[in-house]
Amino acid sequence: MLSRRTMLKGTSAGFGYLAFAALANEQAARAADGTAASTNPLAPKKAHFPAKAKRVIFLCMDGGPSHVDTFDYKPKLTADDGKSPPARPGRFGGGKLLGSPFKFKQSGKSGLYISEVFPELSKQADNLCLLNGMYCDLPNHPQAFIQMHCGVFQFPRPSMGAWVVYGLGTENANLPGFITLSPSGGNGGPVNYGSSFLPAVYQGTKIGRGGFGGGVGGAAQVANLKNPKQTAGQQRVELDFLQSLNQNALEQVGENPGIEGLIGSYELAFRMQAEMPKLMDVSKESAATQRLYGIGGGGGGAGGPGGGRGSGFGQQCLLARRFLEAGVRFVEVTMGGWDHHRTLKDSLTNSCSAIDQPIAGLLQDLKNRDMLKDTLVIWGGEFGRTPTGQGDGRDHNSRGYSMWMAGGGTKGGFAYGKTDDYGFEAVDGKMHVHDWHATVLHLLGLEHTKLTYRHAGRDMRLTDVKGNVVKDVVA
Amino acid sequence: MSRLWTAVALLAGAFAFAQPGAAQPTKGGGYADKPTQEQVAFFEKKIRPVLVDHCYKCHSAEADKIKGGLVLDTREGTRRGGDSGPIIQPGTPDRSKLILSLKTKNPDLAMPPKGKLPDSVIADFEAWVKMGAPDPREGKAAVAPKKYEIDLVKGREFWSFQPPKKVAAPVAKTKDWAKTPIDSFIIAELDKKGLKPGADADKRTLVRRVYLDMTGLPPTSDEVEAFLSDRDANTYEKVVDKLLASPHFGERWGRHWLDVARYAESSGKTVNMNYPHAWRYRDYVIDAFNKDKPYDQFIREQLAGDLMTTSDSKLKAERMIATGFLAIGAKTLNENNGTQFELDVADEQIDVTTQAFLGITAACARCHDHKFDPIPQKDYYALAGIFRSTETCYGTVRFIQSNRPSPTLALPKDCGLPAGLDGKMSADEKARVEKQIEDLNKQIAEATDPIRTIFPRGQVSLLRARIAAYDDNGDPKLLAMGVRDKPAPKGGGGFGPGGFGPKGGFGRGGTASIGDSPVYDRGEPDKPSTTRVARGTLQVLSRTPLKITSGQSGRLDLANWIATKDNPLTARVMVNRVGLHLFGRGLVPTADNFGSGGQTPTHPELLDHMALNFMDNGWSVKKLIKSVVMTCAYQLDSKNDPKSYEVDPDNAYVWRMSPRRLDAEAMRDSMLAVSGQLNEKRPTGSTVARAGEGPANNRGGGFGPGGGGGGANDPRNANRSVYLPIVRDNLPEALALFDAPDPSLIVADRPTTTVPAQGLFLLNNPFVIRASEAAADKLLKGTTTDTERIRQAYLSFYGRPPNEKELVNAEKFLTAYQAQLAKDRVPAAKRERETWAAFAQALFASAEFQYRK
Repeated sequence: MLSRRTMLKGTSAGFGYLAFAALANEQAARAADGTAASTNPLAPKKAHFPAKAKRVIFLCMDGGPSHVDTFDYKPKLTADDGKSPPARPGRFGGGKLLGSPFKFKQSGKSGLYISEVFPELSKQADNLCLLNGMYCDLPNHPQAFIQMHCGVFQFPRPSMGAWVVYGLGTENANLPGFITLSPSGGNGGPVNYGSSFLPAVYQGTKIGRGGFGGGVGGAAQVANLKNPKQTAGQQRVELDFLQSLNQNALEQVGENPGIEGLIGSYELAFRMQAEMPKLMDVSKESAATQRLYGIGGGGGGAGGPGGGRGSGFGQQCLLARRFLEAGVRFVEVTMGGWDHHRTLKDSLTNSCSAIDQPIAGLLQDLKNRDMLKDTLVIWGGEFGRTPTGQGDGRDHNSRGYSMWMAGGGTKGGFAYGKTDDYGFEAVDGKMHVHDWHATVLHLLGLEHTKLTYRHAGRDMRLTDVKGNVVKDVVA
Repeated sequence: MSRLWTAVALLAGAFAFAQPGAAQPTKGGGYADKPTQEQVAFFEKKIRPVLVDHCYKCHSAEADKIKGGLVLDTREGTRRGGDSGPIIQPGTPDRSKLILSLKTKNPDLAMPPKGKLPDSVIADFEAWVKMGAPDPREGKAAVAPKKYEIDLVKGREFWSFQPPKKVAAPVAKTKDWAKTPIDSFIIAELDKKGLKPGADADKRTLVRRVYLDMTGLPPTSDEVEAFLSDRDANTYEKVVDKLLASPHFGERWGRHWLDVARYAESSGKTVNMNYPHAWRYRDYVIDAFNKDKPYDQFIREQLAGDLMTTSDSKLKAERMIATGFLAIGAKTLNENNGTQFELDVADEQIDVTTQAFLGITAACARCHDHKFDPIPQKDYYALAGIFRSTETCYGTVRFIQSNRPSPTLALPKDCGLPAGLDGKMSADEKARVEKQIEDLNKQIAEATDPIRTIFPRGQVSLLRARIAAYDDNGDPKLLAMGVRDKPAPKGGGGFGPGGFGPKGGFGRGGTASIGDSPVYDRGEPDKPSTTRVARGTLQVLSRTPLKITSGQSGRLDLANWIATKDNPLTARVMVNRVGLHLFGRGLVPTADNFGSGGQTPTHPELLDHMALNFMDNGWSVKKLIKSVVMTCAYQLDSKNDPKSYEVDPDNAYVWRMSPRRLDAEAMRDSMLAVSGQLNEKRPTGSTVARAGEGPANNRGGGFGPGGGGGGANDPRNANRSVYLPIVRDNLPEALALFDAPDPSLIVADRPTTTVPAQGLFLLNNPFVIRASEAAADKLLKGTTTDTERIRQAYLSFYGRPPNEKELVNAEKFLTAYQAQLAKDRVPAAKRERETWAAFAQALFASAEFQYRK
């Protein structure tokens, strides 16, 4: 096999696509078979131990969806609707118990209880692994949201996606390893997809802007993806000249990984310009697939407060699948608007119907493509909500709530953990965010105590000094 | 077996699954403190014999080695528990680790380790715990030795905690190479390693290097030619002196300091609010480097400028601004718990103080004794006491989620410093804003749903802040960020264990006056110790306790202790950073860690030599830098030598100059300079100052993504990069992409990444395109033939003329590009400019421009 340097020397002024493609593939091959450490920090790396999940899609519900109205069935809360709750400390004070305005029914062979707000998703019950004993440290959006992403909110830390790509590299050398679609601008904003002290190459690439009314449009939303003046032909001529200058510089200085990396990064950048818009054009998908994701009407509309009209959450989920299929390691899709302090019945119905068909479609599509078995799907928000009413809505609750996982080697049709009879606090199968992180890494074949990076004098981890893998959820 | 009790703690969690409500604290449970006779009998008969037979071997004063910090031979020890906490929950056997470990089948957790006790015995223990664990045994429990005890005497032996030693420059085998004492140390080590220094850099390379390193800007082609044609023996030294005197020197070296000072103009973290006055600290730092302010004084001013008395109001203002160092850190402005907030602010200040000046991470000791360095938790709270006695004035306003505004500092009116705002606020305008406030207040009063008041309340707050930025005459107020001492306590109280509100932890809290701090168990604000730690400093670095000036916080005393020749770290850390910025690598490779987690110096004696010289030269940073750039080592060529590379690939022993990519600021500034766009003058204030108090993601402020109006990403912004708005989590694209540090972190050594996003920026970003077009226009205006233009471009971009091959290659490109334009049907009249713009862009993006050799 040619060494990279020999190859570079062999290609003179016309250093172009083919030479670089060979280079990128060679790097990937070397690292994957473990023969030599690659200089490319994004090259695929071996996991600590064999595991089913190869990639992750995180469906992030910004605002804190109510657990007692979705995945945590509380008949006693319904029965005691309007009564005073037993005395509780802190934020639970005040307010009467508010039974869910939604009915729950058992779904699938597993008979998981799921609320009627998810008519389509409940058909996927046997793929879901409900985590009903989640808890985190604070019932406050920014802290909880950052904790969900970075483990710790007190100090700047890398986000989960950055850690995963740091641990595993990525499969497609033409694309970033971590993509986040329409992330929230608030609650710490970029902190939630940042790489902090990890090298910048691991940070999430943002596509589209979140918040209210954001959405995913065309390729223009990846920064600097298109030259506003040049044609591709002009740019290729310029780039060939630029690479000849770089080649010259390399010959002058001799051995220099930095300049070699520079040469490679221009080719990758050039190819991303062509690759990204193609990947982002979901119109090439069949009408049936689009329908599956609720695009183009049906399924209660794929729009919604976080998705934006006409683009919507379904489009983002489909886009996410395309990225995953193309080899991106970690994709996050954000849906805002879950902070239902008021008019719970209507607003929760709206939020849920905006994601019901798209997520059900995503799971089905992954299954159809035989990708669900090695794609870990995770769903959830930064906390849940109080079983007591706040007017006709619910307040924040960090002491007990629900998230779920699907695929990627998790137990389908399974509910892990429990809150008390009303849904105030996790009492059984308690899973702190640290445990959740440890478990996600475990499902990917990464030992959370070993995935470390030395910074400020100590070996940092996503799970800080905490976290237990919950093996009960592993199939 | 000491891990056992930790493991049992985890197990307890697992057991709790079967115990709904187990997480609830037991109400009314407690130890049987007055055991009945029956209970005593039960203990003596059923419990004590088992403890003696099965437990004392590892868990008593007689044990060879007490395991897990647990002793069971006294009541005190049994109730205190082990390293991981109590083992008995009186009344609740199922939540008692003692019982769980007797019952578990997991061999790693089971007790006793040699075999499970009979069920009847376990039942006895359960019954005993249920009755409140009655225990008649008296006596003091043996104290198990801790797993890890900090030994300060041994800790002081660590190399960096020892005072620098004076060593004469060695006499090396290789003669006639060394020009300065620093060179003598370098060549002696090279000889030892069998390495040979490479050739000297040619003059063109050298002059570009020294310009970029000193000022962050490349020399103009005229400056290069002047350097080449000057035949004086002191040519190089003259250039060095000129650059040290340039105002651009402070802009570059000040920026290096701003990295470790985690300079930013917003609070970051959970609720990102503007710091409209932070820019004053930025300017202070730049000026300090330009004026060659002695480094020890620079330290004192930043930590305690407010406590240094002077009657000169300009100096007074400057020193107040200097303390902005302690105020500009990231803050959790929506923290509800006042004690937590105060501890977090103090923590951030301890972190920046110890890292920036001492190169160590004392903040690790907030929750426990430092794991690697000899810093006990007690020392951390000795420092915390100093900062908790300090009021941090960072401004910000009350807004949605932002509920921790503080005052700012009013500068003396006659200090002569500019305001951060242009012009006055007219009476009419003020009246208009007041009317708006009135209307909003009406709206708030009339709202039936409290949720509908959140937004107008925020608006009122912003409008009020706008008015408050001006004085009664409508002139902008002169404000700064910084710190001042809290008042001395009335009646000698100091502060209590924590300002907790009535509702269990959501009080405003915080402390009102100067005093010592308790130690907080695991750093948790609701777990203060009953005794307090006298304010002071790190024991490992000082044998005598710090004397705190009566009636003060102790900051000035702390500053004096850091800024002294007796501190073994201060000078070494700074000297090392200068080396890092000039060679791309410090003598201590871990520039941000001089503790045991870091690496040891490659040239310990040279480091000490430089540190001592630095202090002897009155802590002059300029003299220090000059002493380095005048060495032969600095003037070496950067060409690779495969043989030396084999031995020392990192170039740790300096057999050549390491080529390095320009940092983000130098790259952007060089593009502005070469294209003739650079505004060389310092702009007054900052975009953030003009945006004023409010949320930092306010896109109307013009510094958000794509913001116009001179904002961070505006391609027309031609100011030097150090003056771009530095908003946390929203850095200007040109900086963020090229490894400018996250300003929430304290960064001594920036990483250098090469990622495709940088390529995309250089190929497509409007800033780069604009610079390319401006550079093209300059070439087209100044010269007439293609050959001349190529030559001029090489001179101004690379500081050298092209060789024949390069000329041909460039001409080939011009032809190819013209042809492509014709093919793409670009009108002939536009082709020349577009071709030269593409040419310029390729040169900007090329390794030779991006690197300094």
